[in-house]
Amino acid sequence: MLTFVFRRLLLSIPTLLVIGLVVFLLLDLAPGDPLANQPLSIPPEVREQMRAALGLDKPVYVQFFLWLYQFFVVEPLVLIDRTFGTAFAADQVRILSWQFRSPVMDVIWQRMPQTLWVVGMAYLVGVLIAIPIGIISAVRQYSIFDQIGTLISMIGFSVPTFFTGVLLIVIFSVNLGWLPSIYDTQLVVNDWASFWQQVRQMIMPVAVLALFNASQISRYMRASMLDNLTQDYVRTARAKGVRENAVVMRHVLRNSLIPVVTVIALGVPTIFGGAIITEQVFKVNGIGQLLISAIQNNDIPMVQTLTFIFAVLIVLFNLIADVLYGLLDPRIRYD
Amino acid sequence: MTGGASAPLVAVRGLKMHFPIYGGLLRRRVGAVKAVDGIDLEIMAGETLGLVGESGCGKSTVGRAILRLYDITEGSIRIGGTEIGALSQAALRPHRPQMQMVFQDPQASLNPRMTVAAIIGEPLSEHTTLSAGDRTARVHELMDAVGLNRAFAGRYPHEFSGGQRQRIGIARALALNPRFIVCDEPIAALDVSIQAQVVNLLEELQDRLGLTYLFISHDLSMVRHIADRVAVMYLGRIVEIGPRDALYDTPAHPYTQALLSAVPEPDPDQRDGRIVLTGDVPSPAKPPAGCAFVTRCRHAFDRCRSEKPVLQAVAGGHMAACHLLDGTSPTTAGATAASGAPSSIQQGA
Repeated sequence: MLTFVFRRLLLSIPTLLVIGLVVFLLLDLAPGDPLANQPLSIPPEVREQMRAALGLDKPVYVQFFLWLYQFFVVEPLVLIDRTFGTAFAADQVRILSWQFRSPVMDVIWQRMPQTLWVVGMAYLVGVLIAIPIGIISAVRQYSIFDQIGTLISMIGFSVPTFFTGVLLIVIFSVNLGWLPSIYDTQLVVNDWASFWQQVRQMIMPVAVLALFNASQISRYMRASMLDNLTQDYVRTARAKGVRENAVVMRHVLRNSLIPVVTVIALGVPTIFGGAIITEQVFKVNGIGQLLISAIQNNDIPMVQTLTFIFAVLIVLFNLIADVLYGLLDPRIRYD
Repeated sequence: MTGGASAPLVAVRGLKMHFPIYGGLLRRRVGAVKAVDGIDLEIMAGETLGLVGESGCGKSTVGRAILRLYDITEGSIRIGGTEIGALSQAALRPHRPQMQMVFQDPQASLNPRMTVAAIIGEPLSEHTTLSAGDRTARVHELMDAVGLNRAFAGRYPHEFSGGQRQRIGIARALALNPRFIVCDEPIAALDVSIQAQVVNLLEELQDRLGLTYLFISHDLSMVRHIADRVAVMYLGRIVEIGPRDALYDTPAHPYTQALLSAVPEPDPDQRDGRIVLTGDVPSPAKPPAGCAFVTRCRHAFDRCRSEKPVLQAVAGGHMAACHLLDGTSPTTAGATAASGAPSSIQQGA
């Protein structure tokens, strides 16, 4: 298993380098000028100086390797400096965001908590709802519960979040006035009142995203359960005289979770990616919103870095899903 | 072989197992697959009853229905004097230890995520109050009994060969000291060299533990080897039942005759004319009105199309369900009717 993990990690290095290069070239080829937002009154020679200051006058490969150096050498050194109080990266240039004029990593670090709280909580809630729904829907297939569950997941799956989000805002903020429509990032939770306010402002974005996640995962869970419920070993368990609950929980569920856990693990990177639309609707200034504003402002270092981090997470969680698969299913051994 | 003074261990009366068919726009019930349509059986303690028939005739359904792995449509099942036909699945649990099953597919019938020890030990933890140590001892004892190395207790089913997996299945079935075991084609998924081992193991266990078997198979020679009595099924009904030798030597029902004629005979001089059945088994959702075998029977005559034959005695304990046995049938009529048979197959199908 350990050899397998090491081999996969080694293999992921060229994969990630290629992804990084492709993203870099795509951004380079994409139309749009990072200085387009600057006033037209700036003289051309000053404009050229500004381009040189951003490093845009260098050839593409120089820019790419510079970014690689900054991402893999400078930023980790900065992290070490911050943690241990050393000064390895004192005179190194970090990846700077063009729109914020501050290090990209610092901005991401500021935005991450909002995204992890809202999107992560939504994912967690979604999974916690989806698994029992999937189990019951499969055990009582075609029952009223199953039919309603199917209907709701169809809705959750097919109605986009910008619709459900706005719908919730209209109902609970505009008409009923129960919940705030805007997520207040400045809120500091230090007592029960502010905690309650935090909960209230999280309810709607979490509900919107959880509905989407739950409808997806509950379908997987149901299908996987149904698959296993008709297996011969379930009949064997019943013939043994095992109680129905134990048949479902011990035999069917444990086997059904194998593919579902994989799906859940593969979905984790999307939490870090944020929910671009939902974050916009509720004004949560998380990673998703950061990415969209960086794209709009031609903030190439920010887009490049964020996209690359998503790629790393996706590769990593693919590996984690494979490892989980091996742990859960005794038939799979990585040697 | 029949009844005698002692009561049979297993007595089945009028067993019916119909699976509903739903169709149409509103998924209403539009019919039923009559997988088992009225079966009577008795199995004496210590006896092996072979149940044979071609694919889809309902053999496996009979086995599962007798153990109440299905909720049966109709009928009475008495095992060891207890009526279990109408019990709920929960009320059935305490009776499960005395009746067990060995399944056809030894791979699929074992939970891939449980070790052998967990698979064999699960019935013990469900039905007994043995301590963990006693349970392990019992699991090892069972593994010895079926010829599995104790050292393999911690392994998973996929690490075993087909024959070994079937031994695991047998050990699991034996865990609770059952009196009655349904062997549902236990050798069909095994290669020939392993089949004999498993059958010998089953026989040896029967002698040692006084087990009663319902041995379901489509392998006529294997049934001849292991069974004391044999029942032949066709389309959800028993068409012939009797002591093994009587049934194999003097089959009374045309279907049994055809089945037995299909058994490969190694000696070319012994080969008689084979009775080749044409056409397919009619759909169990729409069985023929009269005798189920009418569409393929070479002796079929008018009465066969309208009236269902009932089991009637041929000789001591040997019974068959065929109108020919009434002695009223004109043999010539049967011969002519046979030529008309294929067309009715097409309609029946």
